[in-house]
Amino acid sequence: MSISSTFHKWGSPRWFYQFSGRLLPWLAIFSLLLLVGGAVWGLAFVPADYKQGNSFRIMYIHVPAAAVAMGAYMTMATAGAIHLIWRMKLAAMVMKAIAPIGASLTFLSLLTGAVWGKPTWGTWWVWDARITSVLILFFLYLGVIALHQAFENRDAAAKACAVLAIVGAVNIPIIYWSVEWWYSLHQPASISFTGESTIHPSMLRPLMATLCGMYLFFGWLLLLYTRIEILEREKNTRWVQDLICGESR
Amino acid sequence: MYFNSVSELLSMSGHGSYVWFSYGVSALVLATLVIVARRRRAAAEQHIRALVRRKGATTSN
Repeated sequence: MSISSTFHKWGSPRWFYQFSGRLLPWLAIFSLLLLVGGAVWGLAFVPADYKQGNSFRIMYIHVPAAAVAMGAYMTMATAGAIHLIWRMKLAAMVMKAIAPIGASLTFLSLLTGAVWGKPTWGTWWVWDARITSVLILFFLYLGVIALHQAFENRDAAAKACAVLAIVGAVNIPIIYWSVEWWYSLHQPASISFTGESTIHPSMLRPLMATLCGMYLFFGWLLLLYTRIEILEREKNTRWVQDLICGESR
Repeated sequence: MYFNSVSELLSMSGHGSYVWFSYGVSALVLATLVIVARRRRAAAEQHIRALVRRKGATTSN
């Protein structure tokens, strides 16, 4: 199959709807298994941290929420770029679907971070580079949601959101390296792909479970919300009406 | 289990309220995302059914 026909197929909302329908149950099952399993493992079975005691257990939800919030933003910015360059409508729907999910995950990472900070650093909040840049990420997501609602015209809204999403992507590397570039209360990354991780394997394994679980959960939600967008935008097409009301009408 | 009893698991030597609150709110937010999706989906379906009914009514007249 040529690249252009693959692109054409993926850009077809109808094809995407049918294909994603088959993925939904698997994503739901595996994401919940990994999230619940990893959380129980991290909450009840991993030994306490020698410095932080038990507060470090918040990591098993905080790190996945923060990592997936950033990954979701890059997905949203990429979808925005695809929409701007190739005028792919499906990409605009994906972009719109991600914003509320990403905003929720960013909110969770800020909240669990604050709750983790209190017993560990002695404060809920500091205006340091890491926390401030994640707060900006939260406002970027809210900005995309607000822009979608501000425009009457759907195409104009998608274009404006795509530009905001792409420009805001500069914030993602800033979040990532903020703990190394600036002095911060926030600890640097404990997991390294290039060197040796500074986290004990017994603590790392449940984190890998909840991290994978959160990525799958995001994938599940992304498909659910994109499919709703497809139904709403294609409501006047024959295939959507047949799908909802049955073929024999 | 790492803890010796359920009450120890709940209190986590003083950190329990922070830890359990974090997980409680997270479960709530993630569940809300799924519930909102289900409601929006149902509303979209209802809208499309109404649309088809109206179309059927105008074509039969």
